[in-house]
Amino acid sequence: MQSIAQLLQLIPKYDTLPEIWRLLIPILVSCLLFFALMALAVLFLVWLERKISAHIQDRLGPMYVGGWHGWAQTLADALKLLLKEDIVPDATDKLLFKMAPFIVFLGAFAAYVVIPFGVSSIVTDLNIGILYVVALGSLSVVGIIMAGWASNNKYSLYGGMRAAAQIISYEIPAAVAIMTVIIPVGSLSMVDIVNAQSGGIQNWFIFRNPFTFLAFFIYFIASLAEVNRTPFDIPEAESELVAGFHTEYSGMRFAFFFLAEYANMLLVTCVATTLFLGGWTSVLPGGSQLIPGPILFFLKAFAIIFVQMWLRWSVPRLRVDQLMYLSWKVLLPISFALVLGVGWLAVR
Amino acid sequence: MTLNMGPQHPSTHGVLRLELKTDGEIVADAIPHIGYLHRCFEKLVENVEYPGVVPFTDRMDYCAAMNMELGYVLTVEKLMGIHVNNRVRCLRIIMAELDRISSHLIAAGTYGNDIGSFTPFMWCFRDRETILDFFEETCGARLLYNYNWIGGLMFDVKPGFEKRLIEFIDYFEPQVDNLNKLLSDNFIFIRRTANVGIISPELAKSYGVTGPNLRGSGIKFDVRKDEPYLGYEDFDFEVPVGLGEYGPVGSCWDRYMVRIREVKESCKIIRQAVARLTPGDVHESIPKRVKPPAGEVYMRTECPRGELGYYIVSDGSTKPYRVKVKSPCFTVMSAFREASRGTMIADIIAILGSIDIVLGEIDR
Repeated sequence: MQSIAQLLQLIPKYDTLPEIWRLLIPILVSCLLFFALMALAVLFLVWLERKISAHIQDRLGPMYVGGWHGWAQTLADALKLLLKEDIVPDATDKLLFKMAPFIVFLGAFAAYVVIPFGVSSIVTDLNIGILYVVALGSLSVVGIIMAGWASNNKYSLYGGMRAAAQIISYEIPAAVAIMTVIIPVGSLSMVDIVNAQSGGIQNWFIFRNPFTFLAFFIYFIASLAEVNRTPFDIPEAESELVAGFHTEYSGMRFAFFFLAEYANMLLVTCVATTLFLGGWTSVLPGGSQLIPGPILFFLKAFAIIFVQMWLRWSVPRLRVDQLMYLSWKVLLPISFALVLGVGWLAVR
Repeated sequence: MTLNMGPQHPSTHGVLRLELKTDGEIVADAIPHIGYLHRCFEKLVENVEYPGVVPFTDRMDYCAAMNMELGYVLTVEKLMGIHVNNRVRCLRIIMAELDRISSHLIAAGTYGNDIGSFTPFMWCFRDRETILDFFEETCGARLLYNYNWIGGLMFDVKPGFEKRLIEFIDYFEPQVDNLNKLLSDNFIFIRRTANVGIISPELAKSYGVTGPNLRGSGIKFDVRKDEPYLGYEDFDFEVPVGLGEYGPVGSCWDRYMVRIREVKESCKIIRQAVARLTPGDVHESIPKRVKPPAGEVYMRTECPRGELGYYIVSDGSTKPYRVKVKSPCFTVMSAFREASRGTMIADIIAILGSIDIVLGEIDR
């Protein structure tokens, strides 16, 4: 945000504005910037997912809109959703029904402010950065329960309840896996975590010791469940619950859920990149930066996203009880053991 | 809580309505309500001449129309005492087995979809397309064929059909192994299906379950083997049964796997039938006027979803006095309720997919 404030100095007579505006404008500009960036990234991700799924399934996917490999297909879809009628069913709790998509979206969007995309490409480096991300992760579950409850539809209710149980269960192993990184760094700040990994691939936490190596996979699995991706997509399991918590949503409100889903997907990969794959730092030992930091960051993030999509289109879905079993009886004990291991390494 | 699943639900395989009595995720009872696709087949065909019934039989099990009409024409031929030549018999077997493959591909593909894996569906439908292309070039239709006629076939196959068919089978057999790698042997898939929806051999027998669902419960019974028609007795093929590799016999996985294995057996039958194909006229024994003698006849055939029986009463006129169909999906629907008691909502879908019903045939 510092650099944005400096850029704004170039506007003529900027210093003569009232104090309150000089505080607010940089915040608004950076918010808009991140919203645009995220919307673009999501549009690209939706297109990418369609293409990847199509090629896994021996199809071509979108090929016409926009010319080259249907690149504008998601743009056209988003426009279509914008123009659709905003349907609010009669028997719903109107206020909650209308609020829910925005709360889900807010949780996904607000967490981006602490993600360090590059050396200076971060909105604000909170000293509790990672804690803030984990906390905002829980916000989306509030929105999902609201959507499930307010829709006044049994399928939505099932979806909402499943989502609540699932996201809360999987946040624990995810948070404990994050602990394995925080212990050696000794700071919750995202920038400090990245700086601790600079100097090449051997310093990344994924390759630093066996405990953090396993912790990466635990975080990856738990994050899949947190963002409702296959094999953990039971809150919106379409063959069981029609569309889960967003069964009754259509048009732009549905689009917000959709946007939030992909934004969350990108968010957890960004967190995984920051914590375990060295963020913007270079692959090369010695840390000479050949590719600009933000580009390198997104390359790493998209590599993880590709694995997420690959998994989604090749494995079936777990059942609710199996999902809970995996979280409480497999991932949680292992992650606690990993924290103990990392702690032992730290005090050794 | 009462959860009304269907008739418009993505995975009730048509317009089936399930009334679920649930306690959280546990389903205490699942009551099937059928009849949303009732089209008065049995009454309707009493007013139609015998050859005109064939297109109506197509519309019962629209996923396996070839086998539906085959059962009907064989029953009428038995009533009239018509014997067809070798070419007609072999072509009927080829078409019926191709249809069985295409029907089982739908079953396996949509089952993957029900369990939450989307790719098998597309893979299965890709190969099914080729089979439908074969049907299309032979009789012009892709789904509802009216190909089997009383005493013969609508058309002979096009030149080069045999060669292309064998090429397809050569390509297709390894694809079944690919499907196994993707879906059947997947750890999550086995966890979702292997201990779920057990239909024990006793239960299956007492409810009159037939076809792959019966064989999935470990009972080796196949009308093609045990009461052969069309000369199936001369063909060399196995009757796969559920072995219970990953849990009790009669689970969803067993029923699913029986279908996959049957596809391979069907490939074997097609190869043999193509080898036995002799020149001949497919219109040779088609009667000028179908007017069976007064009497009644029952005949059963093995359609992809089980034992399909036709009971026809003739009063000596050109229209059947009564046609009664014994539908395999209808009987298994009663066993479904037993098998689904006390399972979870996700299991209901798994069980429903594994018994592979087609509502057009249940309701008729």
